[in-house]
Amino acid sequence: MSPTDPQADVRRVALIGNPNVGKTTLFNLLTGMRQKVGNYPGVTVERKVGRLAGEPPIDIIDLPGSYSLSPKSMDERIAYDVLMGHQKDEPIPDLAICVVDASNLERNLYLVSQVIDTGLPCMVALNMTDAAEEAGLHIDTTKLQEELGVPVIPMVASRNEGVGKLKYRMRQAELPPPSEPKWDIMPVVDEALPFLMDLLDGHVAENGRRIEVLQCLTNEAMLEYWQDRAPDFHAAIVAERARLEELKAPYQQAEIMGRYNWISPVVARVVSRSKADTELTLSDRIDAVLTHQVFGPVLFGMLLLLIFQAVFTWATPAMDGIEAGVVALGDFVRTAAPPGMLTDLLVDGVITGVGNVAVFLPQILLLFFFLGLMEDTGYMARSAFIMDRIMSKVGLSGGSVVPLLSSFACAIPGIMAARTLANPRDRLITIMVAPLMSCSARLPVYTLFIAAFLPTGTILGIFTWQGVAMFSMYLLGTVMAFVAAFVLRRFVFNKGESSFFAMELPPYRLPRFRQITWRMIDRSKAFVVRAGKIIFGMSIILWALATFPQVDLPQELDQEQRILDVRMQERVDGLMAGGVGAEEARTLIEEQFSDELNSLSARTGAYRIERSFIGMMGHALEPVMRPLGFDWKISAGIISAFAAREVIISALATLYSVGDSDEDSPLLREKLKSDTYDDGSPVYTPLVAVSLLVFFVLALQCMSTLAIARRETNSWKWPAVMWLYMTGLAYLFSLVIYQGGQALGWG
Amino acid sequence: MTLLDLKPGQRSRIRGWVSDSPPARLMEMGLLPGADVELIRFAPLGDPIDIKVRGFHLSIRKSEARLIEVEAV
Repeated sequence: MSPTDPQADVRRVALIGNPNVGKTTLFNLLTGMRQKVGNYPGVTVERKVGRLAGEPPIDIIDLPGSYSLSPKSMDERIAYDVLMGHQKDEPIPDLAICVVDASNLERNLYLVSQVIDTGLPCMVALNMTDAAEEAGLHIDTTKLQEELGVPVIPMVASRNEGVGKLKYRMRQAELPPPSEPKWDIMPVVDEALPFLMDLLDGHVAENGRRIEVLQCLTNEAMLEYWQDRAPDFHAAIVAERARLEELKAPYQQAEIMGRYNWISPVVARVVSRSKADTELTLSDRIDAVLTHQVFGPVLFGMLLLLIFQAVFTWATPAMDGIEAGVVALGDFVRTAAPPGMLTDLLVDGVITGVGNVAVFLPQILLLFFFLGLMEDTGYMARSAFIMDRIMSKVGLSGGSVVPLLSSFACAIPGIMAARTLANPRDRLITIMVAPLMSCSARLPVYTLFIAAFLPTGTILGIFTWQGVAMFSMYLLGTVMAFVAAFVLRRFVFNKGESSFFAMELPPYRLPRFRQITWRMIDRSKAFVVRAGKIIFGMSIILWALATFPQVDLPQELDQEQRILDVRMQERVDGLMAGGVGAEEARTLIEEQFSDELNSLSARTGAYRIERSFIGMMGHALEPVMRPLGFDWKISAGIISAFAAREVIISALATLYSVGDSDEDSPLLREKLKSDTYDDGSPVYTPLVAVSLLVFFVLALQCMSTLAIARRETNSWKWPAVMWLYMTGLAYLFSLVIYQGGQALGWG
Repeated sequence: MTLLDLKPGQRSRIRGWVSDSPPARLMEMGLLPGADVELIRFAPLGDPIDIKVRGFHLSIRKSEARLIEVEAV
């Protein structure tokens, strides 16, 4: 049975904690590779469940990192709902383990006090005790245990210290009894609580009622849950709010103040300091350099350059290797399997489809390695600190910088990198604009059309027109990404509470490569498994569109084929008569006739693709695309580029009967230049080339991006919006450029 | 004075929020009356700021820092 299916007889333990407390480290340590990652139904929140092996086995639920159980985000809402048993299809856990950063006890205890209030049996995993000692903080765990009323287990999860004891306590047949809420709330709120709590009788276990009432008092979304389930409770809360408003009681803050009024003295009693709080730590000294007015941005820029370089160039050999491997595999299957439709499907559909997925892996692995390094060391928060000012201008936050810059290499790892953003709105906007950054797949398209159609002269003696054109493409994409972010923020995601920014700057620490590798593999797996399925399926559909319907060759091509066959057979027979082996003779002759064979197969391919569905779609699309300056071949190329942008080059090569070709092929360039419409006017003018280039900058011509956006937003809605707005933008810009250019006589 | 009037390295104690509905998240992070808070530094471009409260570093924007009234200690 898989560890995600709840089993009545298996104990369920929920891990909860602030971000950056080592909760995921502990989860990995407890469950090893026995993890299942999915989504909670209908939302983008990741659901991670794993199994602690041994007797008896225990299912462990890794709840999203939360500062508080009063939800500010979908993540925290899920955490609360799971602990309270409100989450659909998720049985209430038997035990909650609150992971706490010992070096940051005061703030962490806020969440602990809330978890205690849920009424679940609970334990505190006091993690990072080494860091606390280093900072001169000595925590009396026995005293802390007494104060909290729940077991406290000190540990250093990153060194596997104390984890054994935690496992032992988790397995004990007798779980610790739930603790009572220890803190007092202001009397004016307190006096109404018993009545409100009684109304939850039969809905919420007795111990959890107080926190539920408090949540509903301050949070609209939480109250909504009860509208149909307990209408009298709902009404009573609404009335109570009105009463408190009337008394001008600051009840919104009552819970927070009440908890801290209890926490602060507890911390004073259990923590003793051997170092002054004012003493500068190593982390403070590092920060003085890394967030320095001058060095900070410079070092960040250099780091980005390095990442960029890595993803752009270091990944290339591996990507080339994968591409070569895919081609070799295809060739092998072609020689080994009998020719026919099935082999075509296998090679051009299946193997190419797998290749389309696999080819992104080197970039994704590399990028996630660097991102993991930045996150694990604590530098990620600093990069957001440095960049926040610029990004806030368009309504994003500093955390969007890395995902957006990663998208210059490829939008797929970029979109996945947006997971590091805690604010769901920032994350969604970042995902929505990331594909506007010019990715590396656009580069071959830029290269081909710029080299073929733009003048070679220089500007100001140093810049070539072609270089400027290339730069303009990147600039256009970046500017449009910022504009789109601004518009989305202003007009689409303008609801909800006004945005604010509160980001912890955790102490720096040495990277733990095990953790980084783990996360790198985890995320790459998510790409291969989830997005891979969609990319794979679409590859097969595109293959079918380019292959069907199958048509008979016209007489002249058919005849040419026959004649060539006969001529070749004669020569083969001649050689064989001279004592050469049959296979060797065939190979020799095929080599001699290679020019004629290539030319014939290119023309056959062109004939077939024009009559395939893609060809038909190209023709059908032509009336729509003509105002942009595109003929049916470009239109068909654009459709096939949906597999991956660079595919337009091989598609055009097929359509122009060039045979195998890449962006540097002079033959394809010449063919494009000399193509004409029926009236003799050239199909490609520099204006058409610019229009097409701009189209490629802005259009979402990439099914992999859609697939990953679907996976990351957990709905088809956002990928659909993404595709529509980007294609709309592309059409609009190309239209203005082509029509405007023609009006100005540049056609 | 507000948190923004501090100089980098200056310590203070929070008196309260100059707002009827201060962001709950910032209060949950411990920015409450009576808490000690130190302005560590401004980001290179002037915003946000790095503050130390209850033993940890927190980055908030000036627009929020302006709402926190403090007194010198």
